[in-house]
Amino acid sequence: MTLLDVATIKADFPIFEKRMRNDARLVYLDSGATSQKPRQVMAAEQYFYTHQNAAVHRGSHLLAEEASAAYEGARETVAAFLGAKSDEIIFTKSATESLNLLAYSFSNTATGRFALGVGDEILLSEMEHHANLIPWQQLAKRTGATLKWFDVTPDGRLDLSQIDQLLSARTKIVALTHQSNVLGTINPITEIAKKAKECGALFVLDACQSVPHFATDVSKLGVDFVTFSGHKMLGPTGIGVLWGRSELLAEMQPFLFGGSMIETVTMESATWAPAPRKFEAGVPNMAQAVGLAAAINYLEAIGMDKVHEHEVALTQYALEGLQTIKGLTIIGPTNMDSRGGVLSFALDGIHPHDGGQVLDQYGIAVRTGHHCAWPLMRKYGVSGTTRASFYIYNDLADIDALVTGIEATKKYFKVS
Amino acid sequence: MELDSLYQEVILDHYKHPLHKGLSVEKTVQVHHVNPSCGDEITLNLLLEDDVVKDVTWDGVGCSISQASSSIMSDLVHGKSMDHALTILESFSELMSSKGSITGDEEILEDGVALAGVSKFPARVKCALLGWMAFKDAALQGRNEEKK
Repeated sequence: MTLLDVATIKADFPIFEKRMRNDARLVYLDSGATSQKPRQVMAAEQYFYTHQNAAVHRGSHLLAEEASAAYEGARETVAAFLGAKSDEIIFTKSATESLNLLAYSFSNTATGRFALGVGDEILLSEMEHHANLIPWQQLAKRTGATLKWFDVTPDGRLDLSQIDQLLSARTKIVALTHQSNVLGTINPITEIAKKAKECGALFVLDACQSVPHFATDVSKLGVDFVTFSGHKMLGPTGIGVLWGRSELLAEMQPFLFGGSMIETVTMESATWAPAPRKFEAGVPNMAQAVGLAAAINYLEAIGMDKVHEHEVALTQYALEGLQTIKGLTIIGPTNMDSRGGVLSFALDGIHPHDGGQVLDQYGIAVRTGHHCAWPLMRKYGVSGTTRASFYIYNDLADIDALVTGIEATKKYFKVS
Repeated sequence: MELDSLYQEVILDHYKHPLHKGLSVEKTVQVHHVNPSCGDEITLNLLLEDDVVKDVTWDGVGCSISQASSSIMSDLVHGKSMDHALTILESFSELMSSKGSITGDEEILEDGVALAGVSKFPARVKCALLGWMAFKDAALQGRNEEKK
């Protein structure tokens, strides 16, 4: 088991200086929702506003030049991090916007690979976050296409037994999560993407829970699009990424129209700038892009393989600790085979919201509820779960605190 | 502990032994409400007769606060005239939006004053209001039904 030097890492995150209720220290186990930010990220944003602030890609002054260089530099950092080319990186405001951008591009394109209609199918899974479900539901409604999905097995894996029926020449889009935000399951993307390619389908990967946590090389996954957000990977809110293959981005129609995204404009019509500009209408979230680049630099200085090893060690330890608690059921895989640092569980006789409230008294921040994955909750017959999710600033003491906190919760509600 | 103002004994009692839980066969209207932020759900049956709450029953899943509050609500409005029931509802809504500044009128709210502490936990106010809002919706629909 290889753990990171958490004390040194924590010193970079000012939020850990905060005292919680009852003067408890912060045990932050909600990075799956959003991560905390190191000083380096905040400093990068502040540096941009203090020294470089101007609207990018316009203006002939020094600040405009420096702001553009900082913003485009951030794009290069993201590209290098993903093993992609710079002009394949589109900045959005969030992963949710990235997914909507894709869904609307399909609606806005009448011909070619992006045309969708009756008889065409979109393949998802039961473990998708609402952000990778509802845009496709709506696209299906707009175009007459049919939604299909992989079931989830009782132990929290994708049920691939029906893959040959589900994935066919009718499938135009496969949209799957890389790692479930509820179960922690890491899906066998390369294998499914290979089959999708054989069927001629485009593959959209929701990488919100993977890119922040382990090395993700888009050139090796065999997928066509990857989406994720900055705020779950130490970066600021308000910045998301869409990666797409150059030839597909060239073919795709834009989704937001306005300044910056054009080539020429007359009173009657307009033509589009090449990607990525075509998809970035308006003055973008510049400081946030720069902040995201700083977050990537921070993660790369640690090393993504080490980040993953750390989380695997924590999750293994948490699985062992939590399973000693009577009445606690893990919802998701109970072994570390293709599994990341997100752990959901149910407690007999204690509703997640009540449990979370007691944990909060000990400074323990967990997520409770349906985790924007309502269909998955129904599948497992629960209204919600309690979820602990780990990152580089968590250590074994945090997990001990969680286990102790759950025992105290049971005692509080007199559940044996 | 601060928590004890939230989870008073009377709340935990209602949670463990909820009143009027289990849907009646006879009803004027049925409503279904959800709390989209946590996934909690309630189905409520209201039986009105001459503008009097003849029966109110409910079923659902939720945390101790939402379940206890629904239990207390159903017991409070049972047998009351609609106008009276709506006054109680107003009084409870006021308590929930008070951020802890009032304790609630025990004459009107009875066991409901035990939920006063909830108003200090903004994330839980919605839990406490789930059953009440379902009742309000049913009451308005039920009155329209009766007028037909």
